[in-house]
Amino acid sequence: MTIKQLSIFVENKPGRLSDVTHTLKDGNINIRAITTADSSDFGILRLIVDDTDKAIECLKKADYLVKMTNVIAVTAEDKPGGMASIMKTLYKANISVEYMYSAFLNPSDVTACLILRVDSNENAIEALTDAGYRLLSAEDLAKF
Amino acid sequence: MAEKIYWNKDIETMELDKMKALQSERLVKQVRHVWDHVPYYRDLMEKKGVTPDDIKSIDDLHKLPFISKADLRDNYPDGLLAVPKSECVRIHATSGTTGKRAIAFYTQNDIDIWDNCVARAITAAGGTKDDVVHVAYGYGLFTGGLGLHGGSHKVGCLTLPVSSGNTERQIQFMQDLGSTILCCTPSYAAYIGETLQEMGLTPDDIQLKAGIFGAEPWTEEMRKQIEESLGIKAYDIYGLTETSGPGVAFECEEQTGMHINEDHFIAEIIDPETGEVLPEGEKGELVFTSITKEAFPLLRYRTRDICILNRKKCSCGRTLIKMCKPMGRSDDMLIIKGVNVFPSQIETVLLKDFKAQPNYQIVVDRVGNVDTFEIKVELTDEMIGDTIKSVSELEKKLSADIVQILGIKAKISLVEPKSIPRSEGKAVRVIDKRKLV
Repeated sequence: MTIKQLSIFVENKPGRLSDVTHTLKDGNINIRAITTADSSDFGILRLIVDDTDKAIECLKKADYLVKMTNVIAVTAEDKPGGMASIMKTLYKANISVEYMYSAFLNPSDVTACLILRVDSNENAIEALTDAGYRLLSAEDLAKF
Repeated sequence: MAEKIYWNKDIETMELDKMKALQSERLVKQVRHVWDHVPYYRDLMEKKGVTPDDIKSIDDLHKLPFISKADLRDNYPDGLLAVPKSECVRIHATSGTTGKRAIAFYTQNDIDIWDNCVARAITAAGGTKDDVVHVAYGYGLFTGGLGLHGGSHKVGCLTLPVSSGNTERQIQFMQDLGSTILCCTPSYAAYIGETLQEMGLTPDDIQLKAGIFGAEPWTEEMRKQIEESLGIKAYDIYGLTETSGPGVAFECEEQTGMHINEDHFIAEIIDPETGEVLPEGEKGELVFTSITKEAFPLLRYRTRDICILNRKKCSCGRTLIKMCKPMGRSDDMLIIKGVNVFPSQIETVLLKDFKAQPNYQIVVDRVGNVDTFEIKVELTDEMIGDTIKSVSELEKKLSADIVQILGIKAKISLVEPKSIPRSEGKAVRVIDKRKLV
């Protein structure tokens, strides 16, 4: 079970993040998770949204460069060692994490949610599911 | 006032009638030489219905076909060579990709003539055998270094083949060895001036009295600045690798244009659209015909430099016709840091690295007398990824390929779609902010 992540290329100049987020606001799109990666001249904004297709449409209309990538959303216990055990599960399954970030979720039964970009979604899903972790679907993310 | 000194007084002060007779005699020979030894030229002439018998004097020059960089490219590397390779002693080449690179061959006699032309320039800048000539042009395939080097030898000056770079060491040499004439690109001269100041020195700490600067466009303001910062008189020099190198034309003390070495090169000004020869004093494209070359003669070579010629009496006493500083180009070539750059070369790199032609813009400026060179590229969806690495690797590759092709570094700026301004729907490919004319 993967979810779709959007990567948006943004030049490092004042107002760009404001513009991107307003474009999403105008499309009535809710951001479920967000992180940025940056170099000195540009950044890549990674997003999980409630309606991916609509978000792409809005962003393209506003001339943004958007790339879609499949990532995994896994829930974790919000207590010491919660993260460590996920990482150990992946390590034991020989899976590399390229990057990760957390999502804006606050439902009663889910206390933390991690967005993971790994080298093999298939293997990671298997390893995490076998270890008893709960993976979230796009619907879950949109709902929570 | 001291007696005026010339390197070849007879030629440099020759009366017009005598010069025309000399040019005519040499042109007839040059055309015959080319006809006999370069099939490509013969074809061009035959297509125009001209034979060497039709060329009896310089008044017949207009009958000859033009030759352009495209002809040079089609004949790369030695299709226009007019003597056996065994008779040649040297090669020089312009920067650029193989396709755009112009290669020139020289016999020993060609080198001697070239050295003589440069010797005239050095003499006009006040150089004598007592001078120490500091050659800070790059040495190598580029004609700047060895061109000025040869002329300096000819005059008998003590020649310092310092080449370019390591500016503090250059200044140290100037101090230790008493350099009196500096030869380099004007932007490098300006940089040396700035470095001198940064080192806490003044023009009084060095013995430079003159500079001979060329290979890139420069302004009168820049001349003033260089003259003040180095305490010298700055002279312009003109030439193209295709025609031999620097020394086709040179400036005298009057500093109002460059005297063309007419006994070796005939200059014409044409309308770049129609090819029609324009009368003296009109602005148009500069065309050169070599009349003494053995290895690599050029008949009516279109330089693409926009220029004006004038034969007004010059206070230096030279009667050689004068050309103004080139006022622009009739093609899209840019000269950046002394290197010839065609936008099409950049397109080739973009096409190779991106598989498709992205929108791009070249931005050239001059900051503190040094050219800046930026290439903005509008990214497309295929070019980006979800990591910085995916994009920065593209940037690095592009940067490396540009250096490979052009020989100079450009700042690569990857920008968002539609961020390069369009003019009437068409992207503006080149923005040259330097005020050079």
